[in-house]
Amino acid sequence: MNGVLDGNLAEVLAVALLCGGAAMAGYRLVRGPSLPDRVVALDLLTIQGLGLLTVYAIATGRTAYLDVGIVLTLVTFLATTAFAYYIEKGSHPEERRDG
Amino acid sequence: MADVVVAVLLVAGSGLMFVAALGILRMPDLFTRMQATTKAATLGVGFLLAAAAVEFGELAVTTRVIAAAVFIAMTAPVAAHLLGRAAYFLGVPLWEGSVRDELRGRYNERAHALASMEELLGEERLAPGRATRRGADTPVADADVETGG
Repeated sequence: MNGVLDGNLAEVLAVALLCGGAAMAGYRLVRGPSLPDRVVALDLLTIQGLGLLTVYAIATGRTAYLDVGIVLTLVTFLATTAFAYYIEKGSHPEERRDG
Repeated sequence: MADVVVAVLLVAGSGLMFVAALGILRMPDLFTRMQATTKAATLGVGFLLAAAAVEFGELAVTTRVIAAAVFIAMTAPVAAHLLGRAAYFLGVPLWEGSVRDELRGRYNERAHALASMEELLGEERLAPGRATRRGADTPVADADVETGG
């Protein structure tokens, strides 16, 4: 083996746990019975991605991945807020006609 | 020494993220799922970012890590609140084992405003019967009796 994670048990374990978590969040994203369930799953999935980016930054020694993580959290917050607005406005169609 | 601290923080953080994912997989309804993921994932990401700060040990990295952690700690509860509120208006069902729903009958469905207890009681005194909304079959004033016991 000749990868970035060679010989570091903690990093291997962290990546394994994060990937397992992402798989479970992905299951809820596909199966989620309601739209808010899917939005929560998407939120968790991107936060797991941020965790993976942080572990990767530690493993490779490149700090630029942390900046990518900051941008990712910003986009995630905006996406969740937009979804919540859309869900709330869409829940009562008769109000949209009023104004 | 720093290696050990980084390893412990990494495993603790990713373990918390795993618990959050377990919560979203196994919890019975949307609201319990949200309370499982929001808190555990926020703390887990905080641990992972702290591991990065210890690993690099530079001022520039530490500043970015603190900024990211504070940003997540501020936005995650706001996003969860907005989403939970929207889901409640959408009528997402609660788990059948839920003990109580304190918001039931207290939201004005048209104005999307939460009526306080006093407003509801005053409105009921002025115009009887108008205070029960959303098909609440029990009067809202009964909540007083329940909390007493």
